[in-house]
Amino acid sequence: MANILVVAEMHDGKVRKSTHSAITFAKNAGGTFSILVLGQGAKAAAAEVTGYGAQKVLVCDDAYLAAPTAETHAPTIAAAAKGFDVVAFTASSFGKDVAPRVAAKLGAGYAPDISGVKEEGGKLVYRRPVFAGNAFATCSINTPVQVVSARQSEFAPAEPSGGSSPLEDVALAAKDPAAERVKFLGLNAAQSARPDLGEAKVIVSGGRALKEKFAEVLDPLANMLGAAVGASRAACDAGYAPAELQVGQTGRVVAPKLYFAIGISGAIQHLAGMKGSKTIVAINKDPDAPIFQVADYGLVADLFTAVPELVTELKKATG
Amino acid sequence: MKILVPLKRVADPDNANKVKVNGGKLETTGLEWKPNPFDEYAVETALRLTENGANPKARLGEVVVVSFGPKEVETTLRGALATGADKAIRVDATDEQLDGDVVARALKSLVEKEKPDLVLLGKQAVDGDSNQVGQLLAEYLGWPQATFAGSIKSEDDTKLVVGREVDGGTINLEVTLPAVVSVDLRIVAPTSVSSKHAPAHKYAEGVRFAALMAIMAAKKKPLTEVKLADLASDAALKITYSSFELPPARKAGIKVKSVPELVEKLKSEAKVL
Repeated sequence: MANILVVAEMHDGKVRKSTHSAITFAKNAGGTFSILVLGQGAKAAAAEVTGYGAQKVLVCDDAYLAAPTAETHAPTIAAAAKGFDVVAFTASSFGKDVAPRVAAKLGAGYAPDISGVKEEGGKLVYRRPVFAGNAFATCSINTPVQVVSARQSEFAPAEPSGGSSPLEDVALAAKDPAAERVKFLGLNAAQSARPDLGEAKVIVSGGRALKEKFAEVLDPLANMLGAAVGASRAACDAGYAPAELQVGQTGRVVAPKLYFAIGISGAIQHLAGMKGSKTIVAINKDPDAPIFQVADYGLVADLFTAVPELVTELKKATG
Repeated sequence: MKILVPLKRVADPDNANKVKVNGGKLETTGLEWKPNPFDEYAVETALRLTENGANPKARLGEVVVVSFGPKEVETTLRGALATGADKAIRVDATDEQLDGDVVARALKSLVEKEKPDLVLLGKQAVDGDSNQVGQLLAEYLGWPQATFAGSIKSEDDTKLVVGREVDGGTINLEVTLPAVVSVDLRIVAPTSVSSKHAPAHKYAEGVRFAALMAIMAAKKKPLTEVKLADLASDAALKITYSSFELPPARKAGIKVKSVPELVEKLKSEAKVL
């Protein structure tokens, strides 16, 4: 039975919702778990995760951890990991950045992007996608302490389970000299009133076919559905959509309830990022586009007339 | 500036002949190999960072490429030499001997010998999709890291300003060299890398191609061989892959004839509206 340390991710003085996927991972793995909240303002933020069934919530609240850099965070995470069998992150950009550094400090093996976990013969085995999701591998880690990151699209956010985990302060570990050679200049946050791609229940994604009309065509549909907007790599590369909207092997991996692929041909790269969606709708004028092979509902049509019509029909249908 | 670029060959993801699974094992016969795209971007970035703005044919610094694998990976290394890298190192190993951690530990030894100012590599290889070698190496070296770089500004050869592509935006970091930087897709956009050229300089989109003359000349550039055991004495792998399987197939969908039919299906059949 593994004892797991879930590392929470903080942003703007709060625990990021992405953390709840790592909590679900810990619950699915069986055994027991605790949560580590570290950052400036961690003490106030920690209250948010005390109701999820953790044995305890470890807190390191220090101004030194104000910026989310791997060099500042890794030493304290590695020190807090003492006594735990598994250190679990969510495979967000924060998790992917810092987890290997923690693994190296602990002499631990690191398995990223876990999509499934089970216990077999007293040890944990992990399932993870390889080759852009064209195959799934089963692997195990051979070191006494293990580090993993859990895919947000595969582990649904944990729901509060009641109770209240006790808080316990942990000290800031000795600073990594490498941290002195990194200066955090700032985060240019993407400004959007829409839900985050990782958390949205509905995603409306567009491809290069939308050209300069990307927002003009997709926004009304996204607004109508309260959806997040995504994009293919081709649309991002061409400058029709900002880079952070990219869905794919090399962009965000998403699994909403409903995914619209509009003017997206469906390169493997893109499919790898959205195949896990529950219901997929494709609108494309090319009847042979590969996207139709994964779509539950395909509509062969010119998107410039079909999407506005869709908005009108949805208004009628949902009143 | 001296830059070390680790370069992996991977099965071409765009090849019609896809990776197969047979009895739980991956089958790679018949696949075409090509450099990992992210590593190719790292080579391009290294060339841009060491380009002499006044005389682009000359280098200000040195680009060393390194790859792990059997003799055949020398094709990949020669390709990088042909686009402008100065020398290449092959670490003799088979895929079965390697995982991200072994590679990172071997690279650490290599860095100690070669003494580069910067290690530039792709954020992940598109076969294992592991995204860890750069971060592990940075920790083993005690160096700072900047992962998922979409832009790099080098004002002098002591510091880099790196724009990291993260969930929900871009994080800007200033790292003091020596450092490890892993690159993301947009690092090869025309103005993503700025160093010794005039500020208005624009590169061609993507990676550069080798001219025929350069391919011939690359045959004469130095390519040395090192044994894995000489770089990483502990060969124990930290991860064991026991089996592979294909992802569950999606049920074949249907094509609808009109927008009203689509909305009707979403409402009454899929029940997602």
